[in-house]
Amino acid sequence: MNWAAMTLTLKLAFVVCVTLLVIGLPLSYWLAYTRVRWKFLVESVVALPLVLPPTVLGFYVLIAMGPHSPFGRLYQSWMGHGLPFTFEGLVVGSVLYSLPFTVQPITSAFSSVDSTLLNASAILGASKLRTFRRIIMPLSIGGIVTGLVLTFAHTLGEFGVVLMVGGNIPGVSQTISITIYDNVQALDYATANHTSLVLLAVSFATLSILYALNRRAGAGWLVQQ
Amino acid sequence: MATRATSNLLSVRLRKNLGKDFSLDAQFEAGPGFTILFGASAAGKSTLLNCIAGLLQPDDGVLSIGSRTLFDDTHRINVPARDRSIGYLFQNLALFPHLTVEENIEYGLAKLAAPARHDRVMSLVTTLGISDRLNRRPSQLSGGERQRVALARTLATDPVLLLLDEPLTALDNPTKSALLNDLRAWNVSHQIPILYVTHSVPEAFALGERVLVIDRGRIIAHGTPQEVLAAPSQELIANLTGFENIFDAKVESVNKQQGTMHCHLGKSAVGLEVPLARYESGDFVRVAIRAGDIMIATAKPLGLSARNIFKAQLVSMRIEGTTAIANLSAGSDVYFEVHLTPSAGYELQLESGREVWLVIKTYSCHLVSRDAT
Repeated sequence: MNWAAMTLTLKLAFVVCVTLLVIGLPLSYWLAYTRVRWKFLVESVVALPLVLPPTVLGFYVLIAMGPHSPFGRLYQSWMGHGLPFTFEGLVVGSVLYSLPFTVQPITSAFSSVDSTLLNASAILGASKLRTFRRIIMPLSIGGIVTGLVLTFAHTLGEFGVVLMVGGNIPGVSQTISITIYDNVQALDYATANHTSLVLLAVSFATLSILYALNRRAGAGWLVQQ
Repeated sequence: MATRATSNLLSVRLRKNLGKDFSLDAQFEAGPGFTILFGASAAGKSTLLNCIAGLLQPDDGVLSIGSRTLFDDTHRINVPARDRSIGYLFQNLALFPHLTVEENIEYGLAKLAAPARHDRVMSLVTTLGISDRLNRRPSQLSGGERQRVALARTLATDPVLLLLDEPLTALDNPTKSALLNDLRAWNVSHQIPILYVTHSVPEAFALGERVLVIDRGRIIAHGTPQEVLAAPSQELIANLTGFENIFDAKVESVNKQQGTMHCHLGKSAVGLEVPLARYESGDFVRVAIRAGDIMIATAKPLGLSARNIFKAQLVSMRIEGTTAIANLSAGSDVYFEVHLTPSAGYELQLESGREVWLVIKTYSCHLVSRDAT
């Protein structure tokens, strides 16, 4: 078990979750409540990482942040070094990779909140922010937690994007799933097995807790009258 | 206390297009007290309420309460729903399921200090009889209790206008009466306009000083419940308010001194004496008669004041709840539906095929104008 890689992976998952929460909540709110006709285009873009091969996504992310792209050059001039093959680059790739895993459950939860409750809140004098804070959020908490947990678990298991963008540099971008691959390449099945079992146990435990919570809350984000 | 408009008159003139066949076009005024909005489902009542509340934006028109304009498209005024100080009791109550009764009722009182908030909540729950339910969630309440919590929440903000969308439909009769009394009592001390949507005739009579009948987005009649509902002038309203028998008839003769007209129903020989109206011999009219206004006699009655007494044959009879519903034919294509008590049906030994006499007073025959198709 490569503890450095494990720590790195956990750190990556945590940072990605926080980032996606910050980006995801406003995006989900917009997707759930806007009426613009081209909403379907945004929904498709958000869903892309679900169907794209991770290597494709990783490839394009690499190109987009590479030294020949405008964004890559901007970053270089700010930070003094490039984005690919760094932890920050991994975060960018992972955020895009897990975007639908955060946004879709939260959007679904927001949309399921009975619109008459939102109307009632408005009539009773609440601003949109107050309605969000006191009505939408509490009634969607199940969806938000689901989104975060799925994102966390999904990031733990990343491989293709991480390999492309991160370059497998120990201590910087070598995540735990890559070490399993390396172990198998080096015929070290014992370590690979050990690491895999740990990951399997963690994933299963996470999902079990998630489903158990949702079952008790009656699928918390579904509104009952 | 917020400054109130000097007068409490609600003035509405709105138009809204809602798709292929449906548009709302309403104009009326409502003073303090109950104004009933009466109509069938999908007639546009909820749309109208939503426009008044600010949840839907009309295409054009003016909406004002007292001296305060809430909507005016020519002057680009559109006060957001949350600033209109309107109380709206939704048909599905819309209680916040994750908040307690107390939290629900005080939701609109955020601007008040905690002691004032508490006092107002307590006074409302005491009046409505739910003061021992404050810490429960809506899912732990009975239907009647939920309705009262929703009502308390609506009244708590001291609104300048109250919109009630079929608030009593799901309740049993004792609970309904209790709530109606609570509403009336509240109205006495809070003289604001109250728009009360219902499709129930008894509720309209129990509450309303004034009825507006809505059909397909238009107000087709207005007046007291007696004028509009008991003696309807339009077939549509007759249908809504339970006139089971509506016939085509042709005016045969007009008798101005007696205040009646004689008509023939359909192609049959059945003649009816109906109240005098502005028609002439040869005109076609529609006659509406309530099934409960027709009497059945097993022998030709003598010495009755009723002007319409004629033979008919019983086709069928069935019992529905506490009413016996009889279908009778009086001539080739004229069928009457008559309501009796089951015991009357039994005592008269009414069986299929039996020949009887029907008795209908002139004043039970209402002339209604045809529906515009």
